This record gives sequence, structure tokens and C-alpha cells, in this order.
Amino acid sequence: MHLIETKNLRKVYAGEGVETVALRDVSVTIDEGEFVAIIGPSGSGKSTLMQILGLLDRSTGGSYTFEGKEATAYTDDELAKIRNEKIGFVFQAFNLLPRLSVLDNVALPLVYRGIQEKERREKAMEMIQLVGLTDRANYHASQLSGGQKQRVAIARALVNDARIIFADEPTGNLDSKSGGIVLDFLQKLNEQGHTIVIVTHESYVAQSAKRILHIIDGNIDKDERVMNRRKVETDGFIK
Amino acid sequence: MRLVDIFKLSIQGLTVHKSRSALTILGIVIGITSIMTVMSAGDSAQQLIVGQFERFGPANVFVLPGRRASSAADSASSLLVDSLKVDDYEDLKNKALVPSAANVVPYAFGSELVSGGASETHSGPIIGSTPYSQKNWDLTVAEGRYFDDSDVQDRRRIAVIGDEMKVQLFGADNPVGKNIRIKDQSFQIIGVLERQGSGMFVDFNSAIIGPYTAIQQQVLGIRHFQRIAVEAVSIEDVPGMVRDVESLLRTNHNIDDPRDDDFYIETQQSIADQVNAVTGILTALLGIVAAISLLVGGVGIMNIMYVSVTERTKEIGLSKALGASNKTVLAQFLFEALFLTFTAGIIGVIGGLVLTALLAFAATQFAGLDFPLIFSVSGALMGVGVSVGIGLVFGIFPARKASRKSPIEALHNEV
Repeated sequence: MHLIETKNLRKVYAGEGVETVALRDVSVTIDEGEFVAIIGPSGSGKSTLMQILGLLDRSTGGSYTFEGKEATAYTDDELAKIRNEKIGFVFQAFNLLPRLSVLDNVALPLVYRGIQEKERREKAMEMIQLVGLTDRANYHASQLSGGQKQRVAIARALVNDARIIFADEPTGNLDSKSGGIVLDFLQKLNEQGHTIVIVTHESYVAQSAKRILHIIDGNIDKDERVMNRRKVETDGFIK
Repeated sequence: MRLVDIFKLSIQGLTVHKSRSALTILGIVIGITSIMTVMSAGDSAQQLIVGQFERFGPANVFVLPGRRASSAADSASSLLVDSLKVDDYEDLKNKALVPSAANVVPYAFGSELVSGGASETHSGPIIGSTPYSQKNWDLTVAEGRYFDDSDVQDRRRIAVIGDEMKVQLFGADNPVGKNIRIKDQSFQIIGVLERQGSGMFVDFNSAIIGPYTAIQQQVLGIRHFQRIAVEAVSIEDVPGMVRDVESLLRTNHNIDDPRDDDFYIETQQSIADQVNAVTGILTALLGIVAAISLLVGGVGIMNIMYVSVTERTKEIGLSKALGASNKTVLAQFLFEALFLTFTAGIIGVIGGLVLTALLAFAATQFAGLDFPLIFSVSGALMGVGVSVGIGLVFGIFPARKASRKSPIEALHNEV
């Protein structure tokens, strides 16, 4: 059983009488342990694909099964529960709550799951340690640099033991050094067995994945296995 | 998600805009404060007025000249009506005519110039009555004595004066035994009253009281009484006694039709009813004004909550992406509104209490009224309850809007 499988996936945005086709006919499978980059120019539908795969949005046609179950059958709250327990997100704009501490930001998914505070803190601290920000745990999110914010976002994506992490342009708002650290992190997580899907428009970012899905005009144009995968840790983050 | 965590998140959401949150609840605070003040002041005023009558004991009724005032003209004209004569008073005392009347006390009053040792003159209420007036008004004599039946019979020109009048006329000296001049007649002071909270009808602190036989015709120059208090043997006898008094006075005044009555009788019940009717209307009117202010306050809350939902679209989307259900988001925003209005309710109740206390203090201090301070627990609960209700009614729409937002708005919305 594939972790993710879509057949003839279609997404049409109907806005003010004008229909915009974001995804035409996407059939793809992603398995446990993969590191997939979805690449395409802006407007190609790559973000839409990620949102549907991440159960943030619903398709308007075709089928999508997550862990073997049809996603369209779920209610909004059931989808929220699945996102909470099985999916981690890393966004381009970090999307931390600036008024909360680093610790509280990381623990937020556990709050929505209804975990007791003590357990939440322990688990969140573990993840903060993993991304190397232990000494910043009580800082407010607004006090961190961009690179640190994205590491907090990764810790948050990991805190619920997600089966898959979706990262939407995770290096888009970062300088090359911070971007390198973040990408290196994602590679290491993948080596530890995490399934990672990254959306980008930059090929040098995509080259660090094991597999690249090229999207153009709402269709998968090319499904490519990366032979000479870039090791960010050794190669550095060279544009 | 656990309730306590939803609550924490809500409060964190509010503390971001502390001054905005404070301004938002101002309308509700003012509304609740006004309602609380109006209600307690209304209750206090009611108790104050009813208390004035209860001082006479529940078995007392008042016979008054003229008609019960239903307009300003009525009350003005009843001051001039001289229908209650000495004969009426004598007959009311007659056990054969009014068997259940235990005590009958006539009152003739007016205002005259009074002078004491010094040449300056003062004006104050002059009251002519009988010794039982002391019991009637629950008066205590501080120095000297009250006048007695023989003083009334012998038409002695003696008087008991109030504490303030004593200070005005004689300063710190003991005035008992000294003479004062009322109009152009000399009266000997036989007693001074203990200082007391002023009543609504007569300010005894500045009053001069003496036998009606020496004051009514000789000083005031009138042959009638402004009121006659009649005390029944027991409270059960009041209705029967009222009928006896009515038929006696109608006979004396040659009245066949009760509609032509030139007197009326106030009982404790009739007074309480009138007071309740007046304060009830006032409370209702002020209540409507306060309710409008609460409505405006509620709309203010709703407005700010809508702004907050729009501002935090990204946050709402993020919460949903991280697994918050619609219900959780709804609860979070509803809690914010409820927390705001609950706080507003508490502050409003405290504000109302403080304002009422100030009012009671001012009434006691400056007007000398025994204004009772009533803290109504049910009123406080209602105040908080009403504001929480406002939070629920006006908070539910913005909260629903928030809960229905799609998680991908977090990714698209750039605020």
C-alpha cells in the first residue's frame, strides 16, 4: 500500500464566473521514506498539489487515498485530526505565532490533540533540542532570526511524530546559509526514515531530494529519480 | 482539545491588544454599571420611602384633607383644603364612633419666624400636636421633657425643639427653661430632641413642637389640621377602622357620594403601592436606556471580534493546518468574546456597587437621609449573566466566521 496515491486528480477554482484549472490530471504515488521535491514555475499548480496531498484542501475530481483511505470521504474535522496526528507542515513564511514562546509554538499541535501540559513540554523540548535551539526555548517567536524560525517550524512539524512532512518553499525567505541549514536538516530527517515532500521553484533546492516531480500547467511533466543527489552538508548551499 | 487550553489560547489572543480589549468592553462596563446603580438606587429609594412610613408602625393610617394627588394641581390645592377640623379630631377619638382606633394624633403645621436669646431670627417648621406624636414619630428627648396631656388641656405655651434649632438659637447653652419668640408670642422651651436622621416630611432637627391647643390657632392662625394620624388597635383592624373613619367624616362633612370626599386616607399599603408604582416606572425607563447602551456595547464587541477574526485569518488557518477542529476555533473565539464580556460584567458590577455606595454616602452626608446601601446579590449575578449573554449573542457570529475559514487561507492570506 502506498502512503499517498492519486488518480486523475483535478482541481478547479471557480471564482466570479471564471474557472481556473490548477490541476488537470495528476496521478502519482509516494511511499514511506521518500524525499520528493515538487518543482515548477509559479502558477504551475505545485502549491495546490501540496495542499491537496497535505489534506488542507479538497480536490474537485479524481481520487486521492491517504494511507489507503479515500480522502474525499472525510469530514473537515476528521481531516483536521489526520493533519494533527499524521502530517507536519513547514511553510515559506514560517507561520509561527509571534506572541507565543518557541516552546509553546512547537507544542501547539499537541495542544490541539489534547495532550497534558507536562507531556507537551517534554516532547516539545526534545524537538527543540533536535533542531539545536534549546537555549532559545523561552524566547518569543518574534525574537528569532529567519533561519531559527524555520527550525522552530520543523520542530513543530516533527512534534506529533508525523508520517509525512510537507515543506512549502521552506528556504524561500532565508539567506543561503540559513537555507542550507534547513535543507540539511530535512535531508537528515529523511535519512532517519521521515517521508518528506518539498515544494520549490528552484532546481538547486530540488536537487537535494531523491525524486523530483516536475509540474507544468497542472500536469506532472516529468517524474525524475535524482542520481547525483546533492549532499547539502558536504557540498554547502550553492545557488 | 482540553477546555483549559482553549481558555489559555483565548486569553493569549486578547492580551495582544490589551488597550483595544479594554476599550472594547467599556460600553458593556458602562451599561452594567448604570443598570446596577439604577437598580440598587431604585431599591434603596423605595426602602427609604417605605421606611419613612414604617416608622409609624403598620397599624397607623393618615387622614389627609383634599383628594389623593393624581396631578401637581391636586397636590397644590390639597395644601389649601381646610376640611379636617377639631370636631373631626374629637369625634375620631370617640370609641363609640371608631371603636378600633387606639390613638388619634392631630397635626397642624406651618413655618414661622423664631427668635431666641439673640436678636436674629430663624425660620423653621412649627408643629402643633398631642403628646402621642412623640411615639408616632419615634422621637427621643435628649434634655428636659416632652409635653403631656395637661399641657394640651391648659393650652400652655411651651415647646420641644430640635437639635439644630437649639444650636441656631442658643449655641452650646442648655435652652431648657428659656423663652423663645414664635411670631410675636413667647414660648418656654421644656425639652430638646435627640439628633436624628431627617424624615422625608418633617426635618425634626430644626422643628419646634408644642401642644396644638397653643399653636394651631394662636400661632399658625388656622382652624384645621393638615393631617390626623389614626392608629388601630391591631393591624387586622385597619380595614374596618378605615371604613369607620370614612363614614364618620362623611357624616360630619355632609357628604353622600364618596366621589365628593374632601379627605382621603393613606394606609401603609396604599403608600407602598404608590411608591412601588413610581419607582417601578423610573426603574423601567432607566433600564431601557441601560439596555440600549448594552446593545450598543454588544455591537461594539461584535465589531471588534470581526476585525480580530479578519486580522488573524492567517493564525486561524495555521491552527487548522495543525489540527484544530472547527469546534475548537469556534470555542476559542467565543471564549474570547465571553471572557471580554465576563470581565466587563464583573467590572460593571463593582462599578455599580461603588457608585451606589457613593450615592448612599452623599445622600447620608449632604441630605441627611437614612439612605440604605443595598447590595443585591441577584442583581450582581444578573449583571454578570447579562454581559456574558451579550458575549454569547454577539460573539457567536464572528466565531462562526472564524471556524468556517479554510486552512489554506493561512497560506494565501498576506496580512
